[in-house]
Amino acid sequence: MAAAPLPEVISPIFGRLTFAALPLNEEIVVVTFIVVAILGASVLGAITYFRLWGYLWREWFTTVDHKRIGIMYMVLGLVMFLRGFADAIMMRIQQVWAFNGSEGYLNAHHYDQIFSAHGVIMIFFAAMPFITGLMNYIIPLQIGARDVAFPFLNNLSFWMTTAGAIVIMASLFVGEFAQTGWLAIPPLSGLDGSPGVGVDYYIWSLQVAGVGTTLSGINLVVTILKLRAPGMTLMKMPIFTWTGLCSNILIVATFPVLAAVLALLGLDRYLGTAFFSAEFGGNPMVYVNLIWIWGHPEVYILILPLFGAYSEITSTFCGKRLFGYSSMVYATVVITILSYIVWLHHFFTMGSGASVNSFFGITTMIISIPTGAKIFNWLFTMYRGRIRFELPMMWTVAFILTFVVGGMTGVLLAVPPADFVLHNSLFLVAHFHNVIIGGVVFGVFAAINFWWPKAFGFKMNQFWGHVSFWFWVVGYWVAFTPLYILGLMGVTRRTRVFDDPSLQIWFIIAAAGAALIAVGILALLIQVVASIVQRKSLADETGDLWDGRTLEWATSSPPPIYNFAFTPLVHDIDAWTDMKERGYKRPLDGFGPIHLPSNTGTGVIIAGLSTVLALAMVWYIWWLAALSFVAIVAVAIHHTFNYDREFDVSEAQVRETENARTLRLGQAIPGSNAGQTVPAE
Amino acid sequence: MKKLLLVGAALALGGCQAVVLEPAGDVAIQQRNLIYIATALMLIVIIPVMVMTVVFAWKYRAGNEKANYDPNWDHSTKIELAVWSVPLLIIVVLGAVTWTMTHLLDPYRPLGRLDSDKAIIANVEPLKVEVVSLDWKWLFIYPQYGVASLNVMAAPVDRPIEFSLTSTVVMNSFYVPALAGMIYTMPGMETKLHAVINEPGDFDGFSANYSGKGFSEMRFNFMARDDAGFDEWIESVRASEEHLDRTLYRKLEAPTVSDPERLFGSVDPDLFDLIVNMCVDPAKMCMSEMMAIDRNGGLGLAGIHNTLPETGLSRGVARASVFGPAPRYLAAICTPDEAIAALREIEKPEVRDRFKRLTSLNLPQPHEADMTPIMIADLAATFEELASDGRRTTP
Amino acid sequence: MMDRAVFPEDVEFHPAEEPHHPEGSSTMLGFWIYLMSDCLIFAVLFAVHAVFGASYAAGPAPKDIFELELVAINTAVLLLSSITFGFAMLRMHMGDKKGTLIWLGITGVFGVIFLAVEIYEFTHLISIGATPQRSAFLSSFFTLVGTHGLHVTFGTIWLVTMMVQVWKFGLIEANQRRLSCLSMFWHFLDVIWIGVFTFVYLLGVLQ
Repeated sequence: MAAAPLPEVISPIFGRLTFAALPLNEEIVVVTFIVVAILGASVLGAITYFRLWGYLWREWFTTVDHKRIGIMYMVLGLVMFLRGFADAIMMRIQQVWAFNGSEGYLNAHHYDQIFSAHGVIMIFFAAMPFITGLMNYIIPLQIGARDVAFPFLNNLSFWMTTAGAIVIMASLFVGEFAQTGWLAIPPLSGLDGSPGVGVDYYIWSLQVAGVGTTLSGINLVVTILKLRAPGMTLMKMPIFTWTGLCSNILIVATFPVLAAVLALLGLDRYLGTAFFSAEFGGNPMVYVNLIWIWGHPEVYILILPLFGAYSEITSTFCGKRLFGYSSMVYATVVITILSYIVWLHHFFTMGSGASVNSFFGITTMIISIPTGAKIFNWLFTMYRGRIRFELPMMWTVAFILTFVVGGMTGVLLAVPPADFVLHNSLFLVAHFHNVIIGGVVFGVFAAINFWWPKAFGFKMNQFWGHVSFWFWVVGYWVAFTPLYILGLMGVTRRTRVFDDPSLQIWFIIAAAGAALIAVGILALLIQVVASIVQRKSLADETGDLWDGRTLEWATSSPPPIYNFAFTPLVHDIDAWTDMKERGYKRPLDGFGPIHLPSNTGTGVIIAGLSTVLALAMVWYIWWLAALSFVAIVAVAIHHTFNYDREFDVSEAQVRETENARTLRLGQAIPGSNAGQTVPAE
Repeated sequence: MKKLLLVGAALALGGCQAVVLEPAGDVAIQQRNLIYIATALMLIVIIPVMVMTVVFAWKYRAGNEKANYDPNWDHSTKIELAVWSVPLLIIVVLGAVTWTMTHLLDPYRPLGRLDSDKAIIANVEPLKVEVVSLDWKWLFIYPQYGVASLNVMAAPVDRPIEFSLTSTVVMNSFYVPALAGMIYTMPGMETKLHAVINEPGDFDGFSANYSGKGFSEMRFNFMARDDAGFDEWIESVRASEEHLDRTLYRKLEAPTVSDPERLFGSVDPDLFDLIVNMCVDPAKMCMSEMMAIDRNGGLGLAGIHNTLPETGLSRGVARASVFGPAPRYLAAICTPDEAIAALREIEKPEVRDRFKRLTSLNLPQPHEADMTPIMIADLAATFEELASDGRRTTP
Repeated sequence: MMDRAVFPEDVEFHPAEEPHHPEGSSTMLGFWIYLMSDCLIFAVLFAVHAVFGASYAAGPAPKDIFELELVAINTAVLLLSSITFGFAMLRMHMGDKKGTLIWLGITGVFGVIFLAVEIYEFTHLISIGATPQRSAFLSSFFTLVGTHGLHVTFGTIWLVTMMVQVWKFGLIEANQRRLSCLSMFWHFLDVIWIGVFTFVYLLGVLQ
């Protein structure tokens, strides 16, 4: 057991951090640490060897360019996704192993950390960075803006999210993570139930990352509301921007609730307040209610932007206007609003009474109406289309076929009496993986394949893309269909050992599915590397590889730092298709200087100090916590004394960039479907 | 591929024990039926959607030049109407079913029938079972029989069962899939579940809400027996010498994993009430008492110091938060009779002092000679002292 | 496609003049949205207080521990500080740097007085044993009022920073914008306090 007793005495210098906190007796963790250390050292060594630190610092870490920040979000999401998947594989192996009296290879202390970390990491540090990264990159381009409304805040948001990820990763090697499940529900997460540092790691990593998420949400809402190109009324916004707007409104309207409820849990743990312990008049169910008031909208925060991505992809690859644009918009808005009044369906079994349960069950079912309308709208976009089955479109079809099943089981779980027998079972686990993998993960891969050429100027490798696609889709069904069945056999989630041998076969199939998914992930990584290696042959000079319909395809790939030399004037929902159809000619003259925000290191510094603050709070190192807190305030104030935060891209620079693009366009393969007249130099 | 898998899964399911789909209790059967109804209703939409997806994807593929291509077709009022109204209609039906069934199968509602053929027998009293989830085991108290059991329970076939449930520290969920849906057990709160088992047999019961280290092993055997078999089992429990009282219960509270089944031939009749009210330790104020006091506006400034240091929790060491005071609990306010008895029998000053508090509460004074009204400040000082002395002796 | 028919074929694809979004042009909207999200934190704390407001755990109730006179004075101080901030903003719009600084200074003094009284109230309660740990009611009371107090503290630090910046750089556009944000923040705290005074103190004592 790594649960080495924590010292009763808190050292004034090191808090409760001692050598006993290093899980040296957990071989798995030690091996992981060695692997991570070697990998980390080689990456850092390579950066040093190739003298990349200066470049990374100047061009990436301190950047305020929404495109680069978007890419960094995607990298963060991918790294954390691998960590979360490693946790998933470990769980699958344990559940195959722990039969016939075997304890498996993970003790309760370790296993309970793994399923808690898996949930937290996948939601907060994989899915959230993925969708934030996509929105960051695409939305300003889609609305014809030069950057987001608050470029510095954008940088800070990214680094705060990273800081949260660093804190949660630290828990793997120093101390322990929460053994409470991903929502850390008291009394289990209270001091009596969880005396160690695990829940404190949970609280602080989410609080730090939550600052980033909330600021990013505010930023994107304002960006969409204020920086749209002239002519782009709300009802002419691309659908991805619409879903992004709704998702960010949800972020702004729910993450503060999470911050508040985690703060209350923190007060219970640090100050001994009585919010969630019944003995002094508190009530743990208040926590359950509050965290689900955040938690349910959270799943819509994740899925909405990808609904938008699917819409863009369907419309593009069907070569057709999106069917029922306004109906899509209304459906999105209805989902946004309804997502607030369904939270209680996560705990019907608390015994709230039949009328309360029915109310929340029925509101939940009502959400399936706009969601269903969306799916029909994608279908009727395909209807009478000319569908090119490129990878993004394949992911979209796989999504529709997968997601509808998840939607169906979701409605099933919304029927309270049915939920009474399926709640907390593996059926539930299968359901939410059905919608999150089938909806969010497939969507992220569709979007990556779709927008990668925009971000880097070359298409992704198709072979490995197809390998990844088939292994993922088949792997998903092999891995999670058995969980539906096990749920119907009455198996509960988070169970570590089993005594009914008839269950084992299903866990073996599920593990095989997970192995297929692992191949799919490996193929994805190879796809990325192969694409970069073959970037010359995969290059796209047109900037409009897919015959795109929205404004991000109107500029070069990758876009210049200022996005658009001239801001477009929008007349139609599919603004770029409209421009192409009317024979738009790219202006070759009349450039002017462009104001852009300057890079700053403040975001990195504040996030670094926040990491220190969080770790100091976890380990009760008060002097360091106080010091880093004062430093954060001081750095923030110091930052406000810098009034000169913009620079000009000179007219000459703009001209040079645009002329180079003109040249590239001229060399691009004739007959490419860019729909653009190649200007003569 | 996927279809094949589903078919395969369905076939395989027929061969394995999908207890949720083949339960042995009427409540669970009705819940199962509802799953079928809801699934069938939803398939009305799901199947056409899946078929359309495949058909459209195939028919309108870029390679098929014969298919219609209409790049600007983006609206049809008829289709819009259909895609919004068909799901709406289904949800209206499903919503109505949900409303009715949720009320009918509300775990708090006494049963209306034994199964689809048998009505409730008027003169048969429901079997009452009081369930307590502890770290990490299940305690069952049979108040009508005055016995209790650990990690095993029995119930007669075709007799309504009325469960009252609570938990010691951590939330759990009581679940016997063959019998009925689950219900949470929560500390300081009582939930209810009504169910009936229609077939004899041994069924799995367990916690369906993760509750910490020993959660996976927190299982029990649910034995459904005919009336004679049940009576026999009760007799075998009665044969046990063990008496479950407050003291033994507090020993049980210590966290353990994989406890063996255990029978208690007799049990304190008010034990479950004490557990729900979190006052098995007689020194602690009961939740009901606390709530009654709170409804009347609390105990005022005098009540501030009505706490005593927690020194020996049966479930382990009490944790102090790093910036908070040492763990404390709310001290019970005993009746005047108890106080008098205690004062006469125990001469220890900390016990005697404890009852000085009663004066500020305007309760009848138990020991007129000894006690004079004292000031609130003195009272505070007394409790402060007590706090530093450690745990007092309980009367 | 309906729209398309309306436009002539030779439509413009770029506006005659580049739309200009100078730095800070969206700040007020952004700050407003931030305030609304902050408001949600308070909404949660108010909701928690609504649940636990009468969970005294056989301890003291509001009527036993609140000194309404003191709280009333504090309310007056905070309301006055909002008015003085208003004066500072009026001066700012007149371009009167000195006047702005004076009124900001007075506002800051009110803020400090408010905090001092609140700290006194808290220490007094803790000294008599009515600590945040004693009951869920006291937990939620300290948390709600304390969170508001923390906001006022940061507001005061911000106010001092702004005074330095106005003094050093004058009433430049950036400083005007920041003062407008701070002004919104300050009034927002006032509104929250009115809620605290009404629902926590007044209704608490009436119970």
